[in-house]
Amino acid sequence: MKEKTTSKTTYQLPIGPIHPALKEPVMFEFEIDGERIVDVDVSLGHVHRAIEWTGMRRNSIQIIYLAERICGICSISHPMAFIRAVENAVDIEVPERAEYLRVIQCELERICSHILWAGVAAHEIGFDTVLFLTWQMREKVLDLTEYLTGNRITKAILTIGGVRRDITKDHHPKIFETLNYLKDNFDKLRHIFLDDKTFQLRSQGCGILRYEDALKLCAVGPTTRASGVKKDVRVDQSYAAYGDLDIKHITPDLLTGQVNGDVYDRIIVRLLEIKQSVELIEKAIDQMPSGDLVSEPKILKILATIKKTNGEGVGRAEAPRGEVIHYVKFNGESEHPYTWKVRAPTYNNILPWIPMLKGEQIADIPIVAASTDPCISCTNRVAVIDGNNNYELNKEELHRLSVEKTRRLMK
Amino acid sequence: MRFSMLPKVFAQMFKKPWTNKFPAKYIPPSTTKFFEDVGAGKAKIIPAVETPEGFRGKIQYDKEKCTGCKLCLRVCPSGAIEFKEKEKKIKIYLARCTFCSQCNDVCPSNCLSMGNEFLLADADIYSKDLIVE
Repeated sequence: MKEKTTSKTTYQLPIGPIHPALKEPVMFEFEIDGERIVDVDVSLGHVHRAIEWTGMRRNSIQIIYLAERICGICSISHPMAFIRAVENAVDIEVPERAEYLRVIQCELERICSHILWAGVAAHEIGFDTVLFLTWQMREKVLDLTEYLTGNRITKAILTIGGVRRDITKDHHPKIFETLNYLKDNFDKLRHIFLDDKTFQLRSQGCGILRYEDALKLCAVGPTTRASGVKKDVRVDQSYAAYGDLDIKHITPDLLTGQVNGDVYDRIIVRLLEIKQSVELIEKAIDQMPSGDLVSEPKILKILATIKKTNGEGVGRAEAPRGEVIHYVKFNGESEHPYTWKVRAPTYNNILPWIPMLKGEQIADIPIVAASTDPCISCTNRVAVIDGNNNYELNKEELHRLSVEKTRRLMK
Repeated sequence: MRFSMLPKVFAQMFKKPWTNKFPAKYIPPSTTKFFEDVGAGKAKIIPAVETPEGFRGKIQYDKEKCTGCKLCLRVCPSGAIEFKEKEKKIKIYLARCTFCSQCNDVCPSNCLSMGNEFLLADADIYSKDLIVE
């Protein structure tokens, strides 16, 4: 993969695993020619937390709260995918009202995440006033989340077979107040992000991911939609109540009429998705049927059914960053899953970094890297340890090396 | 448009800060002395932002109602609940609690509920305030 493109000698620039420009540990090895990036290598595996291993020693109800903690921002998407996997394995029908409530929670999370990302992206190019503006908006959404679920970040609102808290008519005034606030401020945000010269200078034509590359590298979420690939689990699989809500793929050509696949397009996609989410919540509240919240109110009955289940299930959900897949297998002997496998969206969005970063300047690394909204510690699932290799250099080992060197020099 | 953020920044300059200065406007030189003063009525605490309805704070445990069925132990995701064999009652370590209120949902005798208290920071994880029994 590494080939020399110029006659000049290139030099290497390692960034990471721990670096002030990166929010999470990831290691980049850049091959630099002057200011231009010639080649990139990404290596991961610095934040393995053994979440799947921990989950295999807990029952499915306990895993919901563990899955929430895979990612602080996707704290609905991960449990959502896990719950859908369990429901798939055990054959649980979810009441219709619960499906609508799930959509509302998912979309609130998406608004939060996209606004947060917008602020971080602004911070990466040095536009810190926008960071504070966006986080001011996010605070309103977090207040609403706290009002609806009781917690701000780890909402603990989903359960197997439904949701745990209802949204009644008493909640409506506060919900609509926040949604109207978001709608009022959305145009301001769009104006700042899309018309401001600072953003245009730094994001247009920067970090381009072409349509073919996005398809080939299986990019997911806003990263791939900004390159024109129409991929969205909410539309393609229409889980929960998304099928009833008339939802469309968001691609940048809806606003500008063309697809470039650069950072600017990724900003457009995320901003349009904030607007789409607000509309989806309004529609969901409007169309929500009455009915039960959970299919089976007795949690122990669900656990007993899971204990008898011998089978596997797959759950997919569209997190703010892309598609989350959870795979779960029960062997019919215990209520703990036999296997639990998580695939976070950032896993797919790592390889697209390579075509995005090639040919860019060093100063563009933070904004291009942030443009996929990476979440590294969610991605880490495996740590390969070579058991035979001894990394410890003890006194005897050092002494032996020293003796060997002396002998080498004596020759 | 070069300075699209400027009008907003100027408007913001004349607004009151959103932050609620809890418990005092400025950090007191000595926190313990500040609370002593509050107790003696010399200083005043700026009240905290009210928690919304259905807030998940410190767990309230009604010991009389508890039947000792151990269901909460089975669903607690963090293993924060301990069973006292002799008394057949439970003991909750709030330092491990994740405030998911799953034990509230599963309790057949409704002896657990979520309170409003959220000031739970403590240097000692086994301090009296952090153990509910």
